[in-house]
Parts: sequence; structure tokens; C-alpha cells
Amino acid sequence: MDVILFLVFAIIAVVCAINVVVQTHPISSAVSLVGVMASLAVLYLLLGAEFLAAAQVIVYAGAIMVLFVFVIMLLNAGAEAKKGRSFTAQLLGLPLLVAFLGLMAYFVQRLFPQSTMVHFGGFRGGGAAEIGHALFTTFLLPFEVTSILILVAILGAIVLARKEMD
Amino acid sequence: MLTAVPISWFLTLSAVLFALGVAGFVFRRNIITVFMSIELMLNAVNLSFVTFSYHQKQVNGHLYAFFVMVVAAAEAAVGLAIILTIFKNRSTLNIDDVDSMKN
Repeated sequence: MDVILFLVFAIIAVVCAINVVVQTHPISSAVSLVGVMASLAVLYLLLGAEFLAAAQVIVYAGAIMVLFVFVIMLLNAGAEAKKGRSFTAQLLGLPLLVAFLGLMAYFVQRLFPQSTMVHFGGFRGGGAAEIGHALFTTFLLPFEVTSILILVAILGAIVLARKEMD
Repeated sequence: MLTAVPISWFLTLSAVLFALGVAGFVFRRNIITVFMSIELMLNAVNLSFVTFSYHQKQVNGHLYAFFVMVVAAAEAAVGLAIILTIFKNRSTLNIDDVDSMKN
């Protein structure tokens, strides 16, 4: 059952990710990216990360992607113009990508030979209570620094996007 | 027939998503699609964090993934503001046309 769940949503994630890369129109890429994020949220649930699954749907699929779609609509971004790129890039790009993936898969299989099996309910430490406890004890300093980071991001976005007043 | 999923499958899926993100980042010419490829890479890394958290039976990986999410949100806000400014000044979304620092 867990294997079927994993396979279904892993295939959805990979197909959507390929679609993100090959679509020429940005809005199609954005919708595919929402698919990737939603299927990743299901995989987080399988791994016992309930809080992160909820945050994934709310923050990523809800907030960030709406921001992306908003900007795409605002700029009226059309399909990407076809442009000839260098011959070596076309020739080498895909084989190098496949080689990287094969090497990666090989090392992962060597490092984790069937050691841990993931089944639903195998790890129960990912609820909001545990996350909150860790966030306000062990990770208190990074949490406070994060608030400053967000403040800086807000100021930066306002400075970049405002009209020149004078 | 397997009853549970090996942990290496999750890590391999993470590597596949990351590689696709890299491919999009390198091959695409639209600045918004390039930006979405970065988000794809961040999501792949988050999956790795959560998987290792399961492996170690600790909650720390979830916290790292949470901070990555926060940074991604801040980055999206600033990056999209930069894209708006570029479009306002140059009326283009093609990254090949934004090369004023080249010479």
C-alpha cells in the first residue's frame, strides 16, 4: 500500500517536473510546479511530516505560486522565443544529466542498502507540537534571525517595486 | 512484493527532481521559468531533509526544511520584485537580453 502511494505520487512529481522544464509558456510551468508541490506534500505525510505537509500546501502551493502566477499575469508573459543555442550544449546536456542521475542513484543505493524502510506511521515526531517545541528551544536563535530576514525581504521588495517619488 | 518503501527511493526521487531543476535553470531563457526551476531545486532538497529526518528518527530535518521554506518565500518576494523592475526598465523577460554587466 505504501509502495503504491509512493510510486503514484513520485511519478506524478517527476512528470510534472519534466513538464515544468519543457513547457514554453510560463503559466503552464507554474501549474505543473503546483502539481510537483502537492505530490511532495503527500510524500511528506508518508514520511510523518504532518506539519511540513500542511506548510508545503499553504506556503508553497498557496502563497509562493500565487505570487508567481500574479507576476506572470501582470507582465503578460508570452511563450518563450525559440533561439538557437550552442551545439555543444545541445549535444552534451542530456547525456551529462543522465550520467549525473545514474551516479547519484548508484551512490544512494550503495550508502543506504535497504537499511531503513519507510512505512506510514513509522515516525510520529513531525506534528505541530514537536515542531513548535524544537523551534522555540533548540532553534530559537535561527527563528529570531529569520524574522529579521523576512523584514529585510519586505523592505527590499518595497524599495524595488515602488515608483520613483521625486 | 515490498510492503514498505526503501529510503533510497526517496533520495533518488529527490536527486531526479534536483537534476530537472538544474536542467530548467540552465536551458530555459525565460527569467520567470528560471526562477521556478530554483523553487523546484529547493523542493527537492527539502524532500532529502525530511527523508533523513525519518532515517535518524529526529525532528531536526523538519526544522531545516521549514527554514528553507521561509527563505524561499523571502527569495520569491525579492526576486519577483527584481523581475518587475527589469521588465519595467527593459521590456523583456529573456535573460540573454539582460547582459549589461558583460562588458
